[in-house]
Amino acid sequence: MNEDLNMLEQTALNDYKYGFVTDIDTDIIPKGLNEAVVELISKKKNEPEWMLNWRLKAYAHWLKLEEPKWPNVKYPPINYQDIIYYAAPKKKEQLNSLNEVDPELLRTFEKLGISLNEQKRLTGVAVDVVMDSVSIATSFKEQLSEIGVIFCSISEAIQKHPDLVKKHLGSVVPMTDNYFAALNSAVFTDGSFCYIPKGVRCPMELSTYFRINAENSGQFERTLIIAEEESYVSYLEGCTAPMRDENQLHAAVVELVAMKKAEIKYSTVQNWYPGDKDGNGGIYNFVTKRGMCQGEHSKISWTQVETGSAITWKYPSVILKGDHSIGEFYSVAFTNHHQQADTGTKMIHLGKNTRSRIVSKGISAGQSQNSYRGLVRASKGATNARNYSQCDSLLLGDKCGAHTFPYIEVKNKTAIVEHEATTSKIGEDQLFYCRQRGIDAETAVAMIVNGFAKEVMNQLPMEFAIEAQKLLAISMEGSVG
Amino acid sequence: MTNVNYFKDQFEQLQDSGPATAITELRTDGFDTFNKSGLPTYKLEEWKYTNISSLFDKEYQFANDAQAVQLSDIDAIRLAGYEQANELIFVNGRFIPALSTIRSAASQLIILTLEEALKGEYQELVKTHLGQSSIYLKDGIHALNTSFIQDGLFILIPKGQQLTQPVYIYHIADARQQNTLSQPRSLIFVEENAKLQLTETYTTLGTAESFTNEVLEVVVKENAFVEYYKIQHDGLNASQVGSTHIHQIGRSYVHTVVVSLNGGVIRNNLNLILDAAGNETHLYGLYLLKGKSHVDNHTLVDNKQPNCFSNQLYKGIAGDASTGVFSGRIIVQPDAQKTNAYQSNKNIILSDQATINTKPQLEIFADDVKCSHGCTVGQLDEEAMFYLRARGIPKEAAEVLLLEAYAADILVQIKPEPLRNHIAELIYEHLSIS
Repeated sequence: MNEDLNMLEQTALNDYKYGFVTDIDTDIIPKGLNEAVVELISKKKNEPEWMLNWRLKAYAHWLKLEEPKWPNVKYPPINYQDIIYYAAPKKKEQLNSLNEVDPELLRTFEKLGISLNEQKRLTGVAVDVVMDSVSIATSFKEQLSEIGVIFCSISEAIQKHPDLVKKHLGSVVPMTDNYFAALNSAVFTDGSFCYIPKGVRCPMELSTYFRINAENSGQFERTLIIAEEESYVSYLEGCTAPMRDENQLHAAVVELVAMKKAEIKYSTVQNWYPGDKDGNGGIYNFVTKRGMCQGEHSKISWTQVETGSAITWKYPSVILKGDHSIGEFYSVAFTNHHQQADTGTKMIHLGKNTRSRIVSKGISAGQSQNSYRGLVRASKGATNARNYSQCDSLLLGDKCGAHTFPYIEVKNKTAIVEHEATTSKIGEDQLFYCRQRGIDAETAVAMIVNGFAKEVMNQLPMEFAIEAQKLLAISMEGSVG
Repeated sequence: MTNVNYFKDQFEQLQDSGPATAITELRTDGFDTFNKSGLPTYKLEEWKYTNISSLFDKEYQFANDAQAVQLSDIDAIRLAGYEQANELIFVNGRFIPALSTIRSAASQLIILTLEEALKGEYQELVKTHLGQSSIYLKDGIHALNTSFIQDGLFILIPKGQQLTQPVYIYHIADARQQNTLSQPRSLIFVEENAKLQLTETYTTLGTAESFTNEVLEVVVKENAFVEYYKIQHDGLNASQVGSTHIHQIGRSYVHTVVVSLNGGVIRNNLNLILDAAGNETHLYGLYLLKGKSHVDNHTLVDNKQPNCFSNQLYKGIAGDASTGVFSGRIIVQPDAQKTNAYQSNKNIILSDQATINTKPQLEIFADDVKCSHGCTVGQLDEEAMFYLRARGIPKEAAEVLLLEAYAADILVQIKPEPLRNHIAELIYEHLSIS
């Protein structure tokens, strides 16, 4: 508890800790989006023709779509011509080791607390760092490649493993899926690619750190993870952005493919800049994440801690296609000040004996709005499908809102689906109990909130769990009393 | 002639038939909205799971010949306890005083047509409250009812009158000659310290299609007590959109039960507007679906003032190729502190052709609240089944027993005994015939 206390004191000013701009030469293209820009991005990345065609097709489709209006969030219209679609830290040549990375850049990550060197030496986590749009360096690549694991940036994968990319890219989230997925398919600039071969249990946690640095740039990263038969991988994703007055768009697509008996665990700690106290600036985090349990007995588990972003709008989903497959979704979404979150999941049961579990904890403070929106569908063929969902909301303050929109669609007589949701504020008696024992109000609330979110936090890998807990405390600062 | 042209034609005729009043104004507004929005399609979030626009592929007509329905037709459909009840008859969407029987004293129960009410001492009441439901129900089908308000029903229970005789409303659609569209409209006031027990039921005569598009608005004042029962047990050719809008403007108590057994496509909108501190409201629903029935229950509880309590329990069974839909929405407005709102929806699915779609929603803008919702979709308990089978009870009988027990939770919420027994029988019959 002491550590939490100190941290709250340290951050008493309630500033966004990660709000600094790194002074690095950035290779950027002019604002705006048209076919030429798509071609330029593709050319800059030296992509093969099929990739370019794919992008152009997605762009053509995007033009036909309209921006969706159904989420429970409000924001001024986005001008898609006012965004820079490609911003890469300038580099002269392909980097071979960390030593070649721009020292300024390394300092950025040190400030972020994820020094590559540190991580490499102490924690044994392989990190693929994506700054603005381009993957900077990937650590531990060699060790991983020895056991056949491919972990690299998606642009590198397009060059080196075109067959794998061609086969799986867009197989889970087709380019026609939705407005932002189509946009991403057209202009995505980088992201991570991960391939775990048959029977391999990835020995370390794979991790990506996203950071939006350049002004007015959108980040459109694309992540593709393929777990072959009987393999296992745990993947971590963290996000931050510097403080800016303007709103920045982040429209990523994440695709997971799990084959027979494979397991993918995907954890996110999202801490994009949420805007200031009055709701100026911040990131629009419009993300499409979806996993496909392709083979029997496969398992995909999403864990997310969402504390940042002016607007979060994402629904990490699982398509349970293989028989006996399992989908899980654990989420903590914390909103403060003027933040808005509309997040949840979709569990689509197609195969027999498929199971899914949803645990969502929403905490709203300040004048924020926090919504859970989820779909559980048991189709005709999903014999013995089983789902349990639980969504709890906690309200801190009388100007915030908490909303629940679950959709349940059952077409099978053997399916069992349960959903329960509660909304309440912190009990006076709980607070009284803590205060009586000499714990001040703020700490008491932090304790109670941590307890509230524990079920989800426990799902995170160790390194992330600590960070997530700190983030939660920082985000909460100033919301009590 | 297409339905839309027919509506336009009929609307103009209706508007020209009498002098301009508050009602003609309301109709014009309604028809404007209808022209703008058209019939709701599944693309509207509120109509995602229920498609009524396809029903209008057929041509419907308003049937104006009320004479065709005789008192003998009514005898066949009477609800238990009618001997004590005030029986009000709607034929093809119009209130027919000549067929109705009023058993309470005129000091206890005031019954008029909407047009009459608009002329007398209640005109201000009617002007203020008629059409309030369109604030919440903005779709074209609701507007269509408003466009054709004619021979609507006005009920007022005066201050302090604890009405002991219930009010039964029978809606009769005559589909013996043609496809019939009926659009009943009612406005009910329950004044301070008054009490009303209201039951509605629906019958279609003949084998052509009938579509009933009903709007019922109820205003409940301080210390009033309202029980509302809706029984839907009509043919597969009878479809319905029924909107019940209950506005609790004083601290009051409302208890509703909606039972849907047979029918074509049924959509029930039930709105409870808790517009005074300390309101209490209970919503119960039961849908036992067979064949191709499609029943969609939409409830809305809008907590606008502090210290309100609401409790909802909807239970359903979907067999054969039927579809059950539940969408419950609880809104807690910023001022509605200390709200307690509970909602529960339970479903049993008996066949692979059946579908259950459920969407319980909470929208909460106040912090000092206790709200919860839960919903389940499952099957009959295997162990309970085994217990019964082991004691020599055949499978079908055991199933009926278990389903009856399942329905009993809602059945007991029907407070008047004759009505409860009547519905219990209907349920038993309905479950036994497979």
